[in-house]
Amino acid sequence: MEFIEAIGFFIGGFLTLFIFSFLYKDNPFYKFAEHLFVGTSAAYWLVYMYHNVIIPDVVKEFISGNYWPVIPVILGIFMLFRLIPSVSHFSRMGIAFSVGIMAGYNIILQLETNIVRQVGATIARFNNFSLTGSNAAFSVNSIIILLVVLSALVYFFFSVEHKGTIGGIAKFGMWMLMITFGASFGYTVMARISLLIGRVLYLKDSWWGSIEYLLGI
Amino acid sequence: MNFWEKINNLDRRIVYLIIGLTVLIPLLFNIILEVEPTKPVQDIYDKIDSLEKDDVVLVSFDYAASSLPELQPMGEALIQHLFEKDIKVVAMALWPVGVQLSDNIFNVKSEEYNKKYGIDYVHLGYKTGGMVVIDSMGSGIEDAFPTDKNGNKLNELKLMRNVNKLDDFALAISLSAGDPGLRHFVMVAHDRYGVPVAGGCTAVSAPQFFAYYSSGQMLGLMGGLRGAAEYESIIEKLGTGSAGMAAQNYAHIMIIIFIIVGNISMVVLKRKKK
Repeated sequence: MEFIEAIGFFIGGFLTLFIFSFLYKDNPFYKFAEHLFVGTSAAYWLVYMYHNVIIPDVVKEFISGNYWPVIPVILGIFMLFRLIPSVSHFSRMGIAFSVGIMAGYNIILQLETNIVRQVGATIARFNNFSLTGSNAAFSVNSIIILLVVLSALVYFFFSVEHKGTIGGIAKFGMWMLMITFGASFGYTVMARISLLIGRVLYLKDSWWGSIEYLLGI
Repeated sequence: MNFWEKINNLDRRIVYLIIGLTVLIPLLFNIILEVEPTKPVQDIYDKIDSLEKDDVVLVSFDYAASSLPELQPMGEALIQHLFEKDIKVVAMALWPVGVQLSDNIFNVKSEEYNKKYGIDYVHLGYKTGGMVVIDSMGSGIEDAFPTDKNGNKLNELKLMRNVNKLDDFALAISLSAGDPGLRHFVMVAHDRYGVPVAGGCTAVSAPQFFAYYSSGQMLGLMGGLRGAAEYESIIEKLGTGSAGMAAQNYAHIMIIIFIIVGNISMVVLKRKKK
């Protein structure tokens, strides 16, 4: 461990503890760490974007004689006009351009990836359908997936009143959605615990290591 | 105030304290819990294991420091496996901080396996644009990345002489904390250009990616810290992913107990009110 690295870990450990202190109650240490994080992040992004986007994609392109980036530069500057009420309407041009491009670009890909291929895969599972032999479990799963897909679709189909058979199917669809949300929540808990584990490992290895280094233990 | 009323009015700080201790104690005592690899993780290993010596794999580091505990162990395990197999690696990042975080991995692993920059691995760096960057790599990598992250022209790097387009990669892997990331690799690299795609994601986004895995749009998936631990256990090099598994396990058990006890107290008090 180098000295400058040890100083970084040492400060980082204290800032982690300052942030965790919010779990007890709001306090000046937490506020200090929070404001420091917001300020540092904003500065970091600004500098990073300048060196990794503005310089290579605009400045260097202009120098090499390619003036096409002038269009996104102008549209980008227009977006900043939102800060000046008298010319704020110019910002709509930049926003409209980027929304239009991304909508047009995305529609085909989203349809292909999230609808056509997903529906295709649900149907394709029935190619090897057989309720006997080694394929039985796969086939039962295929039926369950089909039923869940159809019932979830019925739940969001509002042109018919959810009564009788349709109501029953919609209710089944709702239960399936609840189970999906439960699984998502479980994964979210897992992710949050992982972040806590990451911080504890940092305190245990890097922070404690830096204290030992700085104290010469 | 009886027992159930006390439970119902329990100070949330006590819950935080118990969860904190549940995580802290196994990590302090280095309790390691081995995990059995699941099929989505095993499939990534099998694919990499089946590659030839000079195949080139694209690894995109699409995350920042906030997802480091979950995704960095995946990156370490994957790069280690790729280097062990003498497979060439081209790295890139759709998130700016991904460059620095992946550099930390390459600095250690390249030294460990004696890999040379430009011959065994190349880092293209960060490019803004997300999905559009991947799409433009489909027609030519130089269109999206005229130089590597150090400013070298791609044709000056030995490794890049035979790698011109996205479909020159035997496999594309995205370690992704959100958009842009793995979803866009599935949409463009796999669905448009037919490149096999695998990936690692945070646990929060894992359920959405299992749908792509089930449909065959992805050949494998590592979800969260558990996914990283599974990959570490397959390559038999236990790292930070495996170190966190015991803590994760005990914390989950504790949360399940809290949910059960909380629900019982709610039902008991409801009945009492009636």
